[in-house]
Amino acid sequence: MDITVKKLVTIITEAALEDNLRNELPGLGATGYTIVNARGRGSRGVRDAGWSTSGNIRVEVVCDPEIAVRIAAHLRDRYYENFAMITYMSDVEVLRAEKF
Amino acid sequence: MDPVILFFALGLVAGLARSELRLPPAIYELLSVLLLLTIGLKGGIELAQQPFGGLLPQIIAVMAMGIVIPLMVFPVLRYVGRLDRPNAASIAAHYGSVSVATYAVGIAYLASQDIFYEPRLALFLVLLEMPAIMVGIVLARGISKDTRWGKLAHETFLGKSIVLLMGGLIIGWIAGPVGMEPLEPFFFDLFKGVLALFLLEMGLIAASQFKNLKDHGFFLVVFALLVPVPLAMMGALLGWWMGLSEGGTMLLAVLSGSCSYIAAPAAMRIAVPEASPTLSLTASLGVTFPFNIFVGIPLYLGMAQYLHTL
Repeated sequence: MDITVKKLVTIITEAALEDNLRNELPGLGATGYTIVNARGRGSRGVRDAGWSTSGNIRVEVVCDPEIAVRIAAHLRDRYYENFAMITYMSDVEVLRAEKF
Repeated sequence: MDPVILFFALGLVAGLARSELRLPPAIYELLSVLLLLTIGLKGGIELAQQPFGGLLPQIIAVMAMGIVIPLMVFPVLRYVGRLDRPNAASIAAHYGSVSVATYAVGIAYLASQDIFYEPRLALFLVLLEMPAIMVGIVLARGISKDTRWGKLAHETFLGKSIVLLMGGLIIGWIAGPVGMEPLEPFFFDLFKGVLALFLLEMGLIAASQFKNLKDHGFFLVVFALLVPVPLAMMGALLGWWMGLSEGGTMLLAVLSGSCSYIAAPAAMRIAVPEASPTLSLTASLGVTFPFNIFVGIPLYLGMAQYLHTL
């Protein structure tokens, strides 16, 4: 089987940013993404999704390393200061590398 | 006391006691959709039976009030409360915009006392939601090229509440009272039940804001308790001057004294990200909303009735 290593970028942030991310990710080179609702706790307190403004989302993008770095840099410059957001990357193994 | 208020109180108490009680988010969404549509439909049906006479000057006056309120509130927050510019602007936008739930309790209160009000108040509700948000953004940013006004206008005008309220108004207006008859049991007869459940959840949410109160100091609490009354007075005076009935005057007071906790927070989070959402939500949802529900609404009716005796 033809297995390729790609980067998985995971972004956990405020649900308010969903529209922005949807618009920006393709421009940064992501060919796709998956968004799920999330809740949790971090340096900006408990985000329990109890109210529309206190919900989180988790966004996952599988892409090449250069694009992963570009996404991370963009998010840092644009959102880290004022929004609850963390980003992390890991290696994942995928089939059909051309999809990403 | 109207039982719907007791549902709100139950939510507050359960929330403060850390009960597990919680409505599923989808149910809460549905309840808010029903409330918005019903308020729109009610207004639309009545408008269909009445001429629009003299509506345009009133529309302009009401929108002007939506612009003036945040401009009045901003200096108080900035110079008395010593808040930084983004936070003062964001809170000003919340207080200039309106709360649909407060309005819904207002019309339920009038209905329980058999007091008439003009159907156009539902239209005023739509009109008042948006201008203050725009003013808040200008207060925070200045007229800056960085603000994407097109996107923002799109989001505010096509936000859930404006679409449903306006949609309801138009549907009610086209269908008229006879056309709407088959839908009456669903929308109108159930209105109070929907409102009761909605307020139960609002009570839980308001209680969850209380824990932030002590972090944000005395000023914000005093501000959130005191400011609705002069703002409502302004609305009452405007309503009285426009020649609205007692009920209509009271509802315009309710609108101007209430503050947004759905449209404004969503818009400000994106447009003015430096402003703390906790600060404005604590004030609007944790203090002003309960104040208006328990104290404000009867008080504003008293105000309207007093003005009409002059």
